[in-house]
Amino acid sequence: MEKIIDHSPLLNLLWARQDAKGFISDQDIHDIAEHMDLSFIEVEGVCTFYHFFHRRPAGKFIVYLNNSILSDFSGYAAVRKALETATGAPWNGVDRKGLFGLFDTSCIGLSDQEPAALINFRPFVKLTPEKVQQLVNALRNGVPVDQLADHIENPVRYVPPDGKAVVFREMVPGRALQKLTQMTPEEVIAEVKSSNLRGMGGAFFPVGEKWELCRKQPKTPRYVVCNADEGEPGTFKDRVLMTKLPELLIEGMILGGYAIGANQGIIYLRAEYRYLLPRLEGALDRYRQMGWLGKDIPARKHFDFDIRIQLGAGAYVCGEETALLDSLMGKRGEPWPKVYFPVERGYLGLPTIVNNVESFATAARVIELGAEAFRRLGTPGSPGTRLLSVAGDCSYPGVYEIEWGMSVGELLDLTGAQDPLYLQISGPSGIGISAADRHRRFSFEDLRCGGSVMIFNHKRDLLKILVNFTEFFKEESCGVCTPCRAGNFILSRKLELLSRGLGRGADLEEIRQWGNLMTTASRCGLGKGASNALINAMDKFPVYFQKLVHSKGREKGFDLDSALGDYREAVGIK
Amino acid sequence: MKEKVVSFTIDGKKYQAPEGQSLIKAAEGNGISIPSLCYYEHIDPPLGTCRVCMVKSDGRSFAACTLKVREGMSVEFNTPELNDARKAMVEMLFAEGNHFCPACEKSGDCDLQGLGYRLGVTISRFPHLFLDRVIDYRPKRIVVDHNRCILCRRCVEEVKAEGQYPVFSFLNRGSGTVVQIDYEQEAKLSDNEAMRAMHLCPVGAILVRGKSRPRPRGERKYDLQDAGGDVEQAPIKHSVSVGKNKKVIATTSLAGCFGCHMSLLDIDEELVEIIELVEFNKSPLTDIKTFSKRCDVGIIEGGCCNDENVEVLRAFRANCDVLVAIGECAIWGGLPAMRNVVSLEECLNEAYGHATSDVEEGKVIPHHEDLPELLDRIYGCNEVVEIDYYIPGCPPDASHLWKVLKNIILGTGYSVIKSEFKYD
Ligand SMILES: Cc1cc2nc3c(=O)[nH]c(=O)nc-3n(C[C@H](O)[C@H](O)[C@H](O)COP(=O)(O)O)c2cc1C
Ligand code: SF4
Ligand code: SF4
Ligand code: SF4
Ligand code: FES
Repeated sequence: MEKIIDHSPLLNLLWARQDAKGFISDQDIHDIAEHMDLSFIEVEGVCTFYHFFHRRPAGKFIVYLNNSILSDFSGYAAVRKALETATGAPWNGVDRKGLFGLFDTSCIGLSDQEPAALINFRPFVKLTPEKVQQLVNALRNGVPVDQLADHIENPVRYVPPDGKAVVFREMVPGRALQKLTQMTPEEVIAEVKSSNLRGMGGAFFPVGEKWELCRKQPKTPRYVVCNADEGEPGTFKDRVLMTKLPELLIEGMILGGYAIGANQGIIYLRAEYRYLLPRLEGALDRYRQMGWLGKDIPARKHFDFDIRIQLGAGAYVCGEETALLDSLMGKRGEPWPKVYFPVERGYLGLPTIVNNVESFATAARVIELGAEAFRRLGTPGSPGTRLLSVAGDCSYPGVYEIEWGMSVGELLDLTGAQDPLYLQISGPSGIGISAADRHRRFSFEDLRCGGSVMIFNHKRDLLKILVNFTEFFKEESCGVCTPCRAGNFILSRKLELLSRGLGRGADLEEIRQWGNLMTTASRCGLGKGASNALINAMDKFPVYFQKLVHSKGREKGFDLDSALGDYREAVGIK
Repeated sequence: MKEKVVSFTIDGKKYQAPEGQSLIKAAEGNGISIPSLCYYEHIDPPLGTCRVCMVKSDGRSFAACTLKVREGMSVEFNTPELNDARKAMVEMLFAEGNHFCPACEKSGDCDLQGLGYRLGVTISRFPHLFLDRVIDYRPKRIVVDHNRCILCRRCVEEVKAEGQYPVFSFLNRGSGTVVQIDYEQEAKLSDNEAMRAMHLCPVGAILVRGKSRPRPRGERKYDLQDAGGDVEQAPIKHSVSVGKNKKVIATTSLAGCFGCHMSLLDIDEELVEIIELVEFNKSPLTDIKTFSKRCDVGIIEGGCCNDENVEVLRAFRANCDVLVAIGECAIWGGLPAMRNVVSLEECLNEAYGHATSDVEEGKVIPHHEDLPELLDRIYGCNEVVEIDYYIPGCPPDASHLWKVLKNIILGTGYSVIKSEFKYD
């Protein structure tokens, strides 16, 4: 049987060094390795997996500009240039004085307010070149980052009418938990099961069933883990939920812990949301004071349960539940070969439930409102409501709590979408649909939305969107399996060919075949889903793709002049 | 404890194996060999990194090494889709790394190569990435050649120094993932442990100084003719129409060394038979410089390193019905493509600048209107024109060459045996 390796403190130790001086030196790695009795290379392996850990000085002010497609379409290029000019630092580098470091990062969950950046993990939104110049000046003049950081708006644009909202309704702390005093764990599980609530993190696994599977495991202790990694570009509903109703998440986790018989809950919070820490910690403290967290919880005798927060360090793949568990254990966030499931062997090899923020929050409402009331909402396959993060070419970006079953057309009308052409559902790993598919419905039966809707209008270049997605996967693949690590790179080369106008019809066919191979052979959802958007777009917009390619007999698209460019430059031929 | 035996099916046939055994092992126990690369029997949970062992069960795809046999399990293995997927993974690994087999110590004993032979990989369908990878000479005993590492993870899991400290780890993430050796721990390895590391690496990425000389041809693991029987061959699609006239063949050597042409002449008495069937047009063999008629078959040696190569190749495509790329250089660049991982400027500076220090005024890079101009990198022929057949080898085996040619000319079938199918 496998040996469980627990290096849980490692991420926090690395964070301490990173925070103290802006990078992690060889000496730091040495010290940490010594302290934890690991080899240097193990610590370096973990350190270099996460892109917020730097091995070289990264500046006193570390700027991460979101490079998602929504940021791109909102002015990324101009903001990037302004940052370079104002700071004098090169991209992916630091200025001479070591003051500013400028870096790209994948979506930071502020798609409703792009272009957005983090400076020392404080949020800055709706950036413009002018705003950048002012910010940099202020920072140079010693104004603290905290003081300059933007106050983030968390707009909830829509809730179902007639009191049908599930998540965004009145919150009375303790109301759901009060029910625990009359319910056994089995009854909690039965209630959640009968609600037919499905996981909101993307895989749609029934929540009650997962809890039951975990409870049935003989081994103890068991763990409750909340997946607050929200890395799928375009998704920010968990940010809004955790800001507005952290109590609901906490109550859901307590319910989960009670149901499966756990004593410890862990929120795995993406580092991009570090600014939410005080809020979440504050809420946890309130629950401790209320007697709902801690030892021998007064409100429910003989139940010990507490929650801690673990900060990630920049890696989209850590949203995949098994990678998340490895990350919690202080390892590289590599998804497991699916030999065991977390409910059998999860955190520290012990039975663990991993659920999304919204899943826990909704589960708390299920207990509060009752499964029957919940089931009356939504569709048979997906009862209740769903939070959608809506962003892109529309007037009202923000979170929409829709009743499952709402049509695409209804949503588009609510958002004030202008001249929409293309919608990306569930982020780059999801699927694209034409805005003309107004009749399609968000539901388990039809459009299984993972929580993000990106709207693109007729002016947007589809190929540019797809190139951005492929670059994202190439960057964020954990690198452990061939079809995803190499496949995304290879696809990006192929798309480059198309972008340069050198593609042929056969290239389109190859993209499709290679994408399918990645889906067949990849180890986890990241690689399996990485070519979805691409293949999907080719199905939806064949005319667009045919216009991208040319046919020139049996010659390939080879650009001789460009291939000779380097030589001509070296020998001075014009 | 007695193991429970379960029944399961592969491609509809019933087999038995101990419950919970990995499907790779269970299949092997029943005489079915599922291709694998990263699989290393006693590592549990299995590594599951290379994905060359893909099978299907209940309509979903799984890596056979990570699938445990259960009672009643039904597995699809030998289907066109899965055969292609497994082959594609091998091709992807070739495209991702920089595999110059003729210059590799492990050649002939390499599992990646062996699988390429077994699955009949003549060319990687994927574009070679040509990333600049390091050869790490810093460790005391071991040299790590990152060009050849397939990131199988065996060394990470298996090589431990005294005190159970890992010696290798993955670094970085995504397309930048590499395996890195810990210099301090490596120094603690005994000679035997270092040798074991070299042997567990399925490819030639871990070498031990002074102990990694290639073995002589014929004595290497994958030289043996019976190592898995014939090479799987894709059926020939383009045979030229059979008529009374002699078939017309043209040949050329682009960025090659004429080694492939030597191999063409290497078939001894069969040459006489072939001469009856064909006539040569444009070819270094006839010294005919330009096409004087349409040709049935064009044979290309070497890839494209300059504009003249591109021009000649395009002319071959225009004048020949069927194009055959022979040898590694024509197929994907081969040895000359070693320069592809550095910029042309750096190459030229090295060749004409720093190296020729006696030139007073610094570098003089030759150029003249009569000289061909260099491309930014070496291109395999199929990056410039469509190619119909690929015959691997450096140089290709003579009988392999003629088997394919005769097939194209006469439309007869052919099969290639292991000893005729090589990348070196
Ligand atoms: C590449 C990848 C990224 C993921 N990212 C997230 C994420 O950010 N948040 C999340 O809740 N689930 C994410 N998931 C899904 C989780 O693996 C898991 O299914 C989910 O946390 C289970 O919770 P649920 O059943 O409540 O949805 C991701 C999956 C994959 C394959
Ligand atoms: S599919 Fe991608 S992210 Fe998932 S295990 Fe493979 S390399 Fe890692
Ligand atoms: S012999 Fe193996 S490791 Fe060496 S270059 Fe060839 S494929 Fe790569
Ligand atoms: S060095 Fe060899 S054993 Fe280690 S990961 Fe690379 S290929 Fe595998
Ligand atoms: S042998 Fe199964 S994934 Fe490598």
